[in-house]
Amino acid sequence: MSAVEFSDVHFRIGDRTILNGLTFSIEPGETLVLLGRSGSGKTTALRLINGMILPTSGEVRIDGKTTAEWDRVRLRRGIGYVIQEGGLFPHFTVERNIGLVPRLENWPESKISARVTTLLNSVNLPADDFARRLPRELSGGQRQRVGVARALAADPKILLFDEPFGALDPVTRLDLQREFLRLRAELAKTSVFVTHDVQEAMKLATRIALLHEGNLAFIGKPSDFEASPHPEARAFLDVLHEARNAQ
Amino acid sequence: MLSDVLQDLIEEGLQLLGEHLVLVLSAILIAAAIAIPAGLLLASSPRARRFALGLASVGQTIPSLALFGFLIPIPFIGGIGPHTAILALVIYALLPILRNTVTGILGVDPLVRDSAVAMGMTRAQILRIVELPLAAPTIIAGLRIATVTTIGTATIAAAIGAGGLGVFIFRGIASVDKLQILAGAIPAAALALAADGALGWLEKRWSVH
Repeated sequence: MSAVEFSDVHFRIGDRTILNGLTFSIEPGETLVLLGRSGSGKTTALRLINGMILPTSGEVRIDGKTTAEWDRVRLRRGIGYVIQEGGLFPHFTVERNIGLVPRLENWPESKISARVTTLLNSVNLPADDFARRLPRELSGGQRQRVGVARALAADPKILLFDEPFGALDPVTRLDLQREFLRLRAELAKTSVFVTHDVQEAMKLATRIALLHEGNLAFIGKPSDFEASPHPEARAFLDVLHEARNAQ
Repeated sequence: MLSDVLQDLIEEGLQLLGEHLVLVLSAILIAAAIAIPAGLLLASSPRARRFALGLASVGQTIPSLALFGFLIPIPFIGGIGPHTAILALVIYALLPILRNTVTGILGVDPLVRDSAVAMGMTRAQILRIVELPLAAPTIIAGLRIATVTTIGTATIAAAIGAGGLGVFIFRGIASVDKLQILAGAIPAAALALAADGALGWLEKRWSVH
């Protein structure tokens, strides 16, 4: 069974169509990158997966059950979510930020603190040094690492990334992209990653889904993406080739 | 001779100070009990918010002496005495607490709220764990403004027989006795400064977290 299944999903706000009949599925363990320009509907598609919004028509199934049927609090606790700057709680220490979902799930304290230490080490932030800091005492890249650790805390099956590295400088960004690939190899989670950066998409995706004005313009492997004749795909590939030529 | 006068003044002063504190504390507690929950509800409803804040602003524009006088003839809630004064003080204290509660909740970073929802927190958990702690400094600032102004306004309560430090002031004015006026005004000012300092400290302490 697919981890996530979109069938003929429309999403409208008033008479504005954001998503226009999306049908695709996401297989367990893969990293699907939702690529598109601003306003293409990629973030909307992401937010449909954890039931932050519900489709106007059509359905999104997670583990075979539609997001409308799911108890959305339960659904979201099983789906990690990473946004720009990590979306960390500014009044919580790193330790409490990461331990949040396990605490909501009533894990015993000893298990939470062991989990936090493991996660901090796995995102290369030594727990001794970082556990007691507040988010404002971290750099942008460090906050993002904590955001990833927090999303992983309760060992969710699915991870959602909403342009998580968008606000970072290029060096930190590259660093975190590498980290992402390393963690993916270790953890084998189903990931959905939103970006408008075609280089990032090519680097991280096992498959790319290209959205254009609410429609699915392309879905497939990065190698096939390079051969796609769709004008929107060509537009993104031009960006990619420009960047390569400049090197 | 002078020390007898002073002795009496101090004795009466302590009693009036006690009355004053009761007036202020009751008014602030009641106003907070209304305005903080109301502010939390209003934060999610722009239309109701405009209406409620408008109403509270109107309450604030009524001159205080007029409001005290206006409440006296109203049956059940009005009349001579502290409860009428407390009601008037509550009306004045509502706006700053209400407005700051709304501002504090609306000031929570939307990304933070978003990630709270996305992590599977319930509405009540978001309020308790995220919104209230982050809005706390702003809400406390509202309580601080309300408390300081209420301490001043409460001196007028003596005009409708509610007691408090205003008794000294009104008596001093009537008998052209500067000592009496100061005996009311100085403790009221000191009280306001103390409340301002204490709540200011609390506000800062919360902001650190």
